[in-house]
Amino acid sequence: MDSTIALFLIQDGVINGAIYALLAVALVLVFAVTRVILVPQGDFVTFGGLSLAALEAGRTPGAIWLLVMLAAAAAVMDAFVAAREGDVGKAVRLLLRNLLPALLIAAAVHLLAPLRLGMAVNVLLVIAITVPIGPYLYRVAFQPLADASVLVLLIAAVGVHLALTALGLVLFGAEGYRTAPVISGSFEIGPFFVSAQSLLVLAATLILLAALALFFGRTLIGKALRASAINRRGARLVGIPTMLSGRIAFAMAAAIGVVSAVLIAPLTTLYYDSGFIIGLKGFVAAIIGGLAAYPPAVAAAMAVGLLESFSSFWASAFKEAIVFAAIVPVLLWRSLTTQHADEEE
Amino acid sequence: MTILLEVENLSVSYGRVEAVRDVSLEVGTGRIASVIGANGAGKTTLLAAIMGLLPCRGRIMFDGQDIGRVPAEERVALGMSLVPEQRDLFGSMTVLENLELGSFRRGRAEISERLESVFALFPRLRERRGQDAGTLSGGERQMLAMGRALMARPRLLMLDEPSLGLAPLIVRDIMRTIDELRGSGVSVLLVEQNARAALQIADTGLVMELGEATVRGPAADLIADPRISELYLGRAVEVR
Ligand SMILES: Nc1ncnc2c1ncn2[C@@H]1O[C@H](COP(=O)(O)OP(=O)(O)OP(=O)(O)O)[C@@H](O)[C@H]1O
Ligand SMILES: [Mg+2]
Repeated sequence: MDSTIALFLIQDGVINGAIYALLAVALVLVFAVTRVILVPQGDFVTFGGLSLAALEAGRTPGAIWLLVMLAAAAAVMDAFVAAREGDVGKAVRLLLRNLLPALLIAAAVHLLAPLRLGMAVNVLLVIAITVPIGPYLYRVAFQPLADASVLVLLIAAVGVHLALTALGLVLFGAEGYRTAPVISGSFEIGPFFVSAQSLLVLAATLILLAALALFFGRTLIGKALRASAINRRGARLVGIPTMLSGRIAFAMAAAIGVVSAVLIAPLTTLYYDSGFIIGLKGFVAAIIGGLAAYPPAVAAAMAVGLLESFSSFWASAFKEAIVFAAIVPVLLWRSLTTQHADEEE
Repeated sequence: MTILLEVENLSVSYGRVEAVRDVSLEVGTGRIASVIGANGAGKTTLLAAIMGLLPCRGRIMFDGQDIGRVPAEERVALGMSLVPEQRDLFGSMTVLENLELGSFRRGRAEISERLESVFALFPRLRERRGQDAGTLSGGERQMLAMGRALMARPRLLMLDEPSLGLAPLIVRDIMRTIDELRGSGVSVLLVEQNARAALQIADTGLVMELGEATVRGPAADLIADPRISELYLGRAVEVR
């Protein structure tokens, strides 16, 4: 291998690593706040990417049906809880509060989709569809299990992922899609031949990571999310509703998924079931980082990206296997070096 | 005097074990009520249930409102704060962040003003504000837990063994601080092993035995009661 190839592989690895970093950060975030290992994080990416592709083609993305279905389920669950308490007014209010925004979004998307209003509007519409799916999903699948063990939550997460994949096939079909790049063109920087889209990936990832650091370090809501992750009872005692933290964490994960989707959809063809493999790589990075802290997860994501691109050069048939096998020595090393921290509560 | 907290026939079970049985108590506005009792008598359980952390039977009225269905985090918004036995601080966050979160339900605007009054009460916290809560000493942790609860500007402050593991001088300081709080109109429900100190600053007292409230009355009467004095106030323990 000469240095040009090496540089090319490094560039490729860094780009992929940046995307995995976004996924890993979302996984760490959701796990810290809710103890859910968010297996469906990759599905946010496919749903976002496929919705964007549909809007580009002037079609209504099937994801609006998922949004409406989840909203209806959340509405029924909230209303049922309120009705059982005997508060009918509250039940009706909760029903409407869950259902109306989803219906409005779905209607707006359906009306605007055929007009092909361009990239910026499309991205906004995808955000409007995908981000609320996060908190609705939390309400329907995870909030009822808020006190369950990590294992039960993981099983639920796997179930949600399988359901979303199946729905993805129904809503988007088996065909793969690739979207137009957000920005086109390329430059030569020294020996590098860099596409504008790759630079965008890197820049967007860095900006998002910085924004997250600011959010968690400076804002009261960000600190409240950290507090819920550190000590759930302590958080309740200062008046932070655990459920609110969960919904916010899921909304942020979905938003990060949309950003990943916009960045990755022009670079790889997405299918309804691509979410798993994408999410798994973010998962490997998050695990290597210990599912606990953001900087190690980001570093590990970069390493995963580089490992992937180099192994695709040397042993392309085994590249996925090599990436996933990388988790084994790390887990071994972790289990040997870390003392067992008592699980809280 | 108006009643701020009124608990009627409260019972709490862990599985089949009933840890609190039919306990009734009330705390008047601006009053201190102390609960004393042996280890395992159910004091911590009682406070947790009043705060809404444990499911319970019976009636809990706060400021004339039945709060039985109100979740713990909303009770905070109503003006109740609990300093739990475990403190439940946010260990990997700074002292300042812990305090800021204390007024989560009050919003940004009130934080700086509340901070000043908490720092005035516990000057040590001001010195340590940049330090992680997990690295504080036991006494500092206690101060932070109380400070965090006070950041919410509670009308009812519930304290579970605030003097646990503290040097006698600091215990005196903490008790004095609690006494001062009453002056500012805060009502206090105090659980203490340090029974004498707790009854000395209290208006009313309640003795718990095996989950039941057995004796109640003005704190001065409880101190004067020879049986209570024998069982809970103790003389200097002789250790050889
Ligand atoms: N989570 C639990 N599950 C089962 N039993 C419990 C639980 N928590 C407390 N208990 C039991 O309930 C009883 C009352 O406990 P509680 O902690 O309320 O006592 P306490 O009066 O606060 O004691 P101490 O003075 O030692 O703090 C004890 O017998 C205890 O073993
Ligand atoms: Mg106790």
